[in-house]
Formats: sequence, C-alpha cells, structure tokens
Amino acid sequence: MISLLETAAATAAEHTEEAATAAGHGAEQSSGMPQLDFSTFPNQIFWLIVTLAVLYWVLSRIALPRIAAVLSDRQGAITGDLMAAEEFKQKAKEAEAAYDKALADARTEAHKIVEANRAEIQKELDAAIAHADSEIAARTAESEKRIREIRESAATDAREVARDVTAELVRSFGGNVDQGAVDSAVENRLKGALQ
Amino acid sequence: MASDAHGEETGLSFHPMDQFLVKPLFGTGEVHWYTPTNVTLWLFIVAAAIIALLVAGTRGRAIVPSRVQSVAELAYGMTYKMVEDVTGKDGLKYFPYIMTLFMFIVFSNMLGLLPKAFTVTSHIAVTGVLALAVFVSVTVLGFVKNGTHFLGLFWVTSAPLVLRPILAVIEVISYFVRPVSHSIRLAGNMMAGHAVMKVFAGFAAIAVISPVSILAVTAMYGLEVLVAFIQAYVFTILTCVYLKDALHPQH
Repeated sequence: MISLLETAAATAAEHTEEAATAAGHGAEQSSGMPQLDFSTFPNQIFWLIVTLAVLYWVLSRIALPRIAAVLSDRQGAITGDLMAAEEFKQKAKEAEAAYDKALADARTEAHKIVEANRAEIQKELDAAIAHADSEIAARTAESEKRIREIRESAATDAREVARDVTAELVRSFGGNVDQGAVDSAVENRLKGALQ
Repeated sequence: MASDAHGEETGLSFHPMDQFLVKPLFGTGEVHWYTPTNVTLWLFIVAAAIIALLVAGTRGRAIVPSRVQSVAELAYGMTYKMVEDVTGKDGLKYFPYIMTLFMFIVFSNMLGLLPKAFTVTSHIAVTGVLALAVFVSVTVLGFVKNGTHFLGLFWVTSAPLVLRPILAVIEVISYFVRPVSHSIRLAGNMMAGHAVMKVFAGFAAIAVISPVSILAVTAMYGLEVLVAFIQAYVFTILTCVYLKDALHPQH
C-alpha cells in the first residue's frame, strides 16, 4: 500500500515537473486551466493550511468568545432593563392603587364630617327652635294675663265711674244721695252692659 | 486554443484564465511548496480582513455596537443560528470551525471580486482541501460518536427490505461524491464567473461592442457578488448538514 503510494507520488512528481516546465514555456500564451496545474498544489495547500490554522486559532481564542460575551452582556442588560421596567410598572400600579384608596378614604371621611356637622347644626337648630317656642308661649301667657287684668280693672273702673257719676247726678238734682240705692241701681243697669 | 485562434483573426486577445495563474511573489521561477506566491498574499489578505472585522472591529466590546462591530455580530449570529438550526445544540461545539470556514470562503470570494485580485477559492486545490477536511473530520466524528451505528446512514430502514441493498450502494456512492461536489461547486462557480467577466471585458476592445460589453461586465459583476455570498453560504450549510449526519445518522 505504502509502496504503491510512493510510486504514485513519484509519477506525480515527474508529471508535475513536466507540467512546470511546460507552464514555464507557455506562461505567456497559457491556455490550459491553471487550476489543474498540479505543480502549484503543494504551495496552495501549504499556505491554505497555515492561513486556516491562524484563522481558526484567532477566531476560537479571541474573536468568537469576545463576540459571544458581548452578545450575552447585551442580552443580560436587556433582560435586566426589562425586569427593572416591569418592577417600576408594578410600583406605579401600587402607587396608583394607594392613591385611589387614599382618595376614597378622604371622600368617606369628608362625608362623615359633613354628616356630623349637619347633625350638630340640626341639634342646635332644634334647641333654638324649642327655646324660641317656649319663650313665645311664656310671653303670650304673660300678655294674656295682663290683658285680662286690664280688662278686669277697666270693668271695676267703669263701675266706680258710673257710681260716682250717678251719685253726683242725683245730688245735683237735689236729691238725697242714698249710697246703697245708687249702687244697686248702677249694678242693675251695668248687668246688661258689662257682659 | 480556440480563443487564441480567434484572437489572431480579429486582433482581440482573450486570456480569461491568466487571472488564476499561481506566480511567485518575488521574481520568477519554480513554485515550491514554501514559495510565497500570489496565493499566499491573498490568503494573508483574507486572513487580515477577517481578523480586522472580527477582532479589531469588536475591540470596543460595546453594548451598543459600532457599525463594524454590528457587522461582525451579524456574521456571528447568522453562522451561529445556521449551525444551531441545522445540526442542533450538540453541533455548536464545532461552531468555531464552521465560522472559520464561512468567513474564509466569503472573504475570499468577495475580495476576489476586486480588480487585479486573485481568488483563492477559484482553485480546486483550495476548495478540495476545505471539502476534504470537512469530509474526513465528519466521517471520523461520525464513527467516534456513533461507532458502527454510523453505518446506519447508508441502511435506509424506512425503505422496503428488497430495496435496501441497492439504496445502500447509492447512499455510499453519494456519500463519497460529497467532497467532490462540495469542492467543485465552489471552485467552479468562482472560476466561471471570473472567466466570463474577463471574456466580456476582452470584447471591450472593439469600439462598437464596448458599451454592451461594459454593461454585460457590470451585470455579471452584480451577479458575481450574489454568487460569492451564496456559494459561501451553500458551502457552510452543506458542512452543517454533513455534520448533522455525523451526529445523528438516523434518517
């Protein structure tokens, strides 16, 4: 197997030498495919392997880990920011709920205060009305009493005046004033009038 | 050859394949395996460009990336997702290798489109090594991970028993054809596109045809930019598919 390979390599080498000389002759008017010029193969393959090795080393050691790190950092930053945003949103919601609650509390409190004030005022008002009523009643009673007294005094006064006038009339007519008769006569006449 | 004969008649000269010549970088002479050649130069330019993008571009490690860094991250993310989608989580261990392949091919293809550039991936020697490396490593990996179960890849249990030996033969052949198609697809695409552009450009020597020729070269160039990326993508995704076969040989 190995010897076969060696002979193959030897013939290939001969061929490539021939091709190389041919290429050297016909470089100006070259018409064949340079791709099939096997004399350049070792050169191309050697430098290709060198290049690929260098590239692979640089990419796998430096470039790709760095890009991967940058990408994961960015992903991390984005996720972190999104989570922070979510948290802030939650906080804002809580704050809104607290605000709403405070507002409702304040409203009920205000309602309560209004109710209490109204009840107090009503009570005061009721008391004032009751006081006024009683005062009015007292004054009315007093007035009525005075009116009655005045009426009564008016009646006695009228009787006195009537007696005196009657006695004087009788005297001026020259009559003899009998106090008792005058009184009874006046009483009789007044009975009808002072009713 | 035909183009030369044609050239003698009209005064045109077509050398569409000259751009693929491997020449020593310093002086003339034989190309030994160690000689620094134009291949060497462009391999180094490719490597330098990749390092500039992926290492120097990400130097800032910024949370909010710069333009270069976001391109590097885009390349990383695309390849990472490809490996993850095609091979699954256990294929991610081989992500650096696939990323190296993808970056190397896409940069070679793209830089090869620059005027005067040498396209390293247009050479079957280069793509052949890439494809063989994938083939050998995937096959070894398949046997190491699955032992003889890896041969189940060729034994299609879902097919009727009678058909299985025939299918096995077909599967084995197709398995061994993989590196060939894998490498020739890339090299062929690169070479053909560049050669066609050169031929079109050659026609520009005729004044009457030159506007058409330049238009054609422009259109071809646009197509080649697309092809340069697509071929790199295809090479990489096929690598992922082969890797998946090695990790999970069940059909």
